[in-house]
Amino acid sequence: MSSATVEPAARGGRLDPLGVVLAVTGLAGLLLPFALARANRLVAGTAESLVAALPPGAAAATLAVLAAALGLALPRTGPWLRLAAGVAGLAALALAIGLVPQHLVAEGDRLARVGPGAGFWLLVLVFAMLLADATARLSLSPAARLGLLAAAILAVAGLFASGHFDGLSILREYANRAPAFWREGAQHIRLAVGSLAAAAIVGLPLGIACARRPGLRAAVLPVLNIVQTVPSMAMYGLMMVPLALLAAHVPLAAALGIRGIGAAPALIALFLYSLLPIAANTAIGIAGVPTSVLEAADGMGMTPRQRLFRVELPLALPVILAGIRIVLVQNIGLVTIAALIGGGGFGTFVFQGIGQAATDLVLLGALPTIALAFVGAVLLDALIDALERTPPP
Amino acid sequence: MRIAVDRRRVDPLRPSRVPAGAASDARPADPAAARPAGLLRRALPAVLRLAALALLLAFLFMPERFAPLFAPLTQNGAPAIYARTSLVDLTLGHLGLVFGATLAGGLVALALGILVTRPRGAAFLPLSRTLVQIGQTFPPVAVLALAVPAVGFGAEPTLIALFLYGLLPIFENTLAGLRDVPAAAIEAARGMGMTPRQRLLRVELPLALPVILAGLRLSVTINMGTATIGSTVAATSLGEVILAGLQSGNTAFILEGALVVATIAVLVHDALLILERRVGRRAAGAAA
Repeated sequence: MSSATVEPAARGGRLDPLGVVLAVTGLAGLLLPFALARANRLVAGTAESLVAALPPGAAAATLAVLAAALGLALPRTGPWLRLAAGVAGLAALALAIGLVPQHLVAEGDRLARVGPGAGFWLLVLVFAMLLADATARLSLSPAARLGLLAAAILAVAGLFASGHFDGLSILREYANRAPAFWREGAQHIRLAVGSLAAAAIVGLPLGIACARRPGLRAAVLPVLNIVQTVPSMAMYGLMMVPLALLAAHVPLAAALGIRGIGAAPALIALFLYSLLPIAANTAIGIAGVPTSVLEAADGMGMTPRQRLFRVELPLALPVILAGIRIVLVQNIGLVTIAALIGGGGFGTFVFQGIGQAATDLVLLGALPTIALAFVGAVLLDALIDALERTPPP
Repeated sequence: MRIAVDRRRVDPLRPSRVPAGAASDARPADPAAARPAGLLRRALPAVLRLAALALLLAFLFMPERFAPLFAPLTQNGAPAIYARTSLVDLTLGHLGLVFGATLAGGLVALALGILVTRPRGAAFLPLSRTLVQIGQTFPPVAVLALAVPAVGFGAEPTLIALFLYGLLPIFENTLAGLRDVPAAAIEAARGMGMTPRQRLLRVELPLALPVILAGLRLSVTINMGTATIGSTVAATSLGEVILAGLQSGNTAFILEGALVVATIAVLVHDALLILERRVGRRAAGAAA
């Protein structure tokens, strides 16, 4: 999100080309089904348009807000106005979709399911793109981006807590397994962050050693690179086999809870995947510290140890954090697949849902995973940006 | 025409833009390679690659010959070798999915990348940069799972996820490669009287090609993994062998499937890396 100012093209008229594309896509979204109503969680549903899915007053208000927000995107306007249009559009959609179940489902019908349709998702995409474009053009400071993220999380959490979405099918799926949801969520974060922490403990010293010795670097990094290219499902499988044999033949290992399936093979696989970005970026960051700075540190009489901790590591920190960002986002995604070997995490719902052909269960696992990865990326990006803007003394 | 190309720009000094998998490319040239004693060391990777390829092909075409190796991993007389579908068919299906979708996504990415870096598409540049950054935080398996409700089971949801991850890294690297073409090179081309089209085809794209190929390699690497997972939604891929092993508790199937998938992924990655280095050397030579 850097250097994002674009001067108006000389030949351009008053219309913003991106705004036109978004408005046309948004119109298509208004025509597509807004919601899907199904008699139970497995059968195919009937599509309902926005007008049919909402009470007349709410439908009119939603349409008015959406049309106005799409209209605001059309002319060449300032980014703040476009930001407001994006927020207004998303808020209207969130409020509207929560009203659909009460309108479509008869009182007391516990089997019927109502979920968002293609039109809803397309409109969310359009307004999210408008919002993303506005924030990119604003090139906000790291603190402002974090503020925006916090506000978005609070707003979404507030809507969920208020029970506004409770009638929707995904929330019905959640209500049936709320304790499991939070348990798997905690397990997801534990696996992603735990393997990251272990990889940092090993990868940082390894990266420093690689920066000092080109021979070690030439030996270690290509091997770690090969590890990264192994598909995750194969990696989990490869970790399972020795652990299963260990558990079968060494009673002590089995007593310690080491088994071929579960969290242990997942943790080891994630740890191996995490090593390359951390070690390589540490090596690159430290090797990138200018020689003049190192000479100055030596001139001040620093010991090698002081030089490492006071000069080299602080200067390499943005690059090292960039590696940690890669690992965090990558791990949050890869943990999902660990569910296949009984490792737990949100993937449990994804693969259960795939097995039962239950769409809402898939969404219950996939949407939180995407949200986690997105929040992790924004947090670390802001941190890296803040460090780069304020160079250490 | 003499243009200094800053080679570091191609390398992962900006890791948030350049794929993690590219990180080791920055390693310095092996000094031992220049000496005659280094000949063996230089030939070793090629020998290892050929050996791995030979072993892989032998296993794919005659898996039953390897049964004694895998038999100790089975229990209660379960089969040691996966035979429900031929491994050759699964491999061809897997590679077809990956290369078909990555190629399609890559071509779209290339066209979009060129479009938004021309003056006419400048309005889309900030958003497209943001979108590829956000898009790549979406886990491929989540995209795969979300595609299932939209298009059903089979090859389609896998193709959607593969197309998207063929598009995003290649698009990002096309943008980075075109942006990092030295202004002096473009000026020189303009001075020689090239039209914008000639500049793009003869100067900008050739100079950006190594970075674009790095994006292709990342795409293919991610997609090899996603195609494997695609077997959980009934796509024809090598993940089927691992999945069958997981479902029936047959460790031999798991190991076979994992070894085949891992070997193919590593060999394909290797081949793309060699191609990339060759093209990179040529681009640097042409610019100098």
